[in-house]
Amino acid sequence: MAVEIRTLAIEPIRNTYGHTARRFGDKPATRYQEASFDIEAKINFHYKPLWDPQRTLNDNARTNIKMVDWYSVTDPRQYYYGSYVANRAKMQEVAESNFSFCDKNNVVENLNENLKNDLLRLLVPFRHMELAANMNNSKIAGDAVAATVAQMHIFTAMDRLGMGQYLSRIALMIDGATGQGLDKSKDYWMNDPLLQPLRKLAEDTLVIDDWFELSFVQNLLIDGFMYPFVYEVYDKIIQKDGGVCLSMLTEFMRDWHKETQRWVNAMCKTVYAENDENKILMESWTKLWIPVIKNTFLNLANEIGCVESLNEIESDLNCRLAKFGLIVSGESK
Amino acid sequence: MSAKNRKLNLKDKYQYLTRDMAWEPTYQDKKDIFPEEDFEGIKIKDWSKWEDPFRLTMDSYWKYQAEKEKKLYAIFDAFAQNNGHQNISDARYVNALKLFLSGVSPLEYAAFQGYAKVGRQFSGAGARVACQMQAIDELRHSQTQQHAMSHYNKHFNGLHDPAHMHDRVWFLSVPKSFFDDARSAGPFEFLTAISFSFEYVLTNLLFVPFMSGAAYNGDMATVTFGFSAQSDEARHMTLGLEVIKFILEQHEDNVPIIQKWIDKWFWRGFRLLSLVGMMMDYMLPNKVMSWAEAWETYYEKSGGALFKDLERYGIRPPKYQDVANAAKNHISHQAWATFYQYSKATNFHTWMPDESEMKWLAEKYPDSFDKYYRPRFEYWDRKQKEGERFYNDTLPQLCQVCQIPAIFTEHESPSVLSLRQVEYNEERYHFCSDGCADIFNDEPEKYIQAWLPVHQIYQGNCDGSNVSEVVSNYYNINLGKDNLDYDGSPDQKRWQEIKNNGSK
Ligand SMILES: [Fe+2]
Ligand SMILES: [Fe+2]
Ligand SMILES: [Zn+2]
Repeated sequence: MAVEIRTLAIEPIRNTYGHTARRFGDKPATRYQEASFDIEAKINFHYKPLWDPQRTLNDNARTNIKMVDWYSVTDPRQYYYGSYVANRAKMQEVAESNFSFCDKNNVVENLNENLKNDLLRLLVPFRHMELAANMNNSKIAGDAVAATVAQMHIFTAMDRLGMGQYLSRIALMIDGATGQGLDKSKDYWMNDPLLQPLRKLAEDTLVIDDWFELSFVQNLLIDGFMYPFVYEVYDKIIQKDGGVCLSMLTEFMRDWHKETQRWVNAMCKTVYAENDENKILMESWTKLWIPVIKNTFLNLANEIGCVESLNEIESDLNCRLAKFGLIVSGESK
Repeated sequence: MSAKNRKLNLKDKYQYLTRDMAWEPTYQDKKDIFPEEDFEGIKIKDWSKWEDPFRLTMDSYWKYQAEKEKKLYAIFDAFAQNNGHQNISDARYVNALKLFLSGVSPLEYAAFQGYAKVGRQFSGAGARVACQMQAIDELRHSQTQQHAMSHYNKHFNGLHDPAHMHDRVWFLSVPKSFFDDARSAGPFEFLTAISFSFEYVLTNLLFVPFMSGAAYNGDMATVTFGFSAQSDEARHMTLGLEVIKFILEQHEDNVPIIQKWIDKWFWRGFRLLSLVGMMMDYMLPNKVMSWAEAWETYYEKSGGALFKDLERYGIRPPKYQDVANAAKNHISHQAWATFYQYSKATNFHTWMPDESEMKWLAEKYPDSFDKYYRPRFEYWDRKQKEGERFYNDTLPQLCQVCQIPAIFTEHESPSVLSLRQVEYNEERYHFCSDGCADIFNDEPEKYIQAWLPVHQIYQGNCDGSNVSEVVSNYYNINLGKDNLDYDGSPDQKRWQEIKNNGSK
């Protein structure tokens, strides 16, 4: 008899929260499920924002993309805060040991002066691109209307800040931690004609209002060019120029981009498949932005002698788009 | 930035690793990139004067936070495995968690959204980065709270739909409208409201009471969460102070604007805290301290020192501070009396304090409890024993600003209800106090929009024409299971089974 009572009292009366059960059934839920679905306020907002009086707080209409349920966009990595920081902590451990290896062996110090200067001019300025990406993703996190979507973007915003910091540290290794290298690099960013298209591109993204367009342009299209270009193509050229170990200092970025493509692809695939209006919008953004982005990198590609790589990058990107059905007709040269 | 020939010190290095990544735009107009920075009238002459309130690069952030999360989730796992809920002081305690999960946790998520937004809105990159770090921290809090309460939800009623309830339930519009108010304001007011008034001035009266309540009542999951969040909160508090000092130092024209916001957010925060006050005085089986003691320690003493410090900027203590100080002897009792009556429409149980609790209350509130509240409570208690537990079936009049029913009394006459009215555009609006009426008068166009739960029910927008329909259809609260008196509730029965079993 006592045993019977014990089971009765200890037996759970439900397996998960109501909002989780409505989606996944009343069964034990994962931590990702309990932390990510339907926790953002949806209705009955009290006041129109002073900064956007046409719309409510958490308004679906901050993008032109239409989704019946934004929670159908989920993270294939199933990151919630805890699993996100756990993963990044591991990645930064590797990065830290790479940085300290290079430090101990004077890897950067021993580079020839030309290459050092090239790095300040052609690699380090991408820290500014990272900052723009950081701002853009923070905006998206504030505007997105489902926690599954918003959290992927705040994670990305912080990642971009972190990668901008890794790039900055390369300059600090070049300049002996005086800041002179960063000043020089920033001067290139502001004034060198070679970098102006990039800076213009960054500033142009900062005035995109539609948050999903911004995510599409930043996290898929721009990154789809920038990451292979900087961290694969240019990385090989650095190696040829004598910076063999330098790749260690950008390993984080390569690993990161590989991982990031998973959620970006999944998000775009789901949104694209939702309805024809979304398809038309995403196609028009692709048509508009790919030529602009490609052109932006043209100067740089010329300078480092790898123009043909841009075509490869473009066709890889088109393959990525094609995987979720987005096929851009016509030439974009 | 000007570089020297020597190694950077920590402060300069951190600036190179954060704000120096930003630049003065030339291809787009700065006003188009930061269109929301000016409309509140705050004047910032020089963002470079921003002092980073903490220096934490992302690599260390990931590392420290991951260590904290690892420890925290190890405790959560052990708690669930060992049925840690059986070790709490008494099942009545869980009602404090119900209030917390449906009233506070959704605010953590709203804070995440608000900080992500201002983390983009400011043209000063140092401030943006600090705000973004708070954004992701607040996401952390919202998620770890879901996880901390997950096990409780499996064993007690009323925790089952916090976000859904937060959007709908009458008393939850008090915290929700508070945060909606801040989020719908401009970026500088948001920071004054949340970083300064909420995180810096009042956090010890919100977060800390719940966490120490957990400690006193054997709730390991919540205690561990609270400890783990403490170092995040320390960062949020330093941001709150830096924000206010920075804005005040930037331009003298900012002083009256900030003063107005401090007045407003102090009052709004004080009203919100009446829910915490009643939790401390009535819902914790093992009491930590009384609400009046908490107010004295954390507001009158600490707040007093803070506002002394801010005097040099031309800032005075918040308007109606004296009203709030005097009200510390009343609001928790008034709030509990209200929830006791309206227990059909809550997601938690209420009850009358037993004799030893009444004694404690009388000791802690020598000037108010026996005189104003005990007689009513004893009467209700008697009625309940006679089988006539009192439930109020009418719908109360809500304050247009704080959205609390008109339950508070006049500053100097605790037996007179405090009621104010304002006529605006031929419409009459009701308020609980001069504090709330002032807030309305300053921005009537904002506050006439308020989604007042009682009005909404009358207008038929809440899936039902009477309280029971609204409660079950719209709120998703199970009448008699999630609410009404604790005495006779399913929670109580299960708890007795657990206890009887343990003693065998
Ligand atoms: Fe928090
Ligand atoms: Fe906080
Ligand atoms: Zn009020």
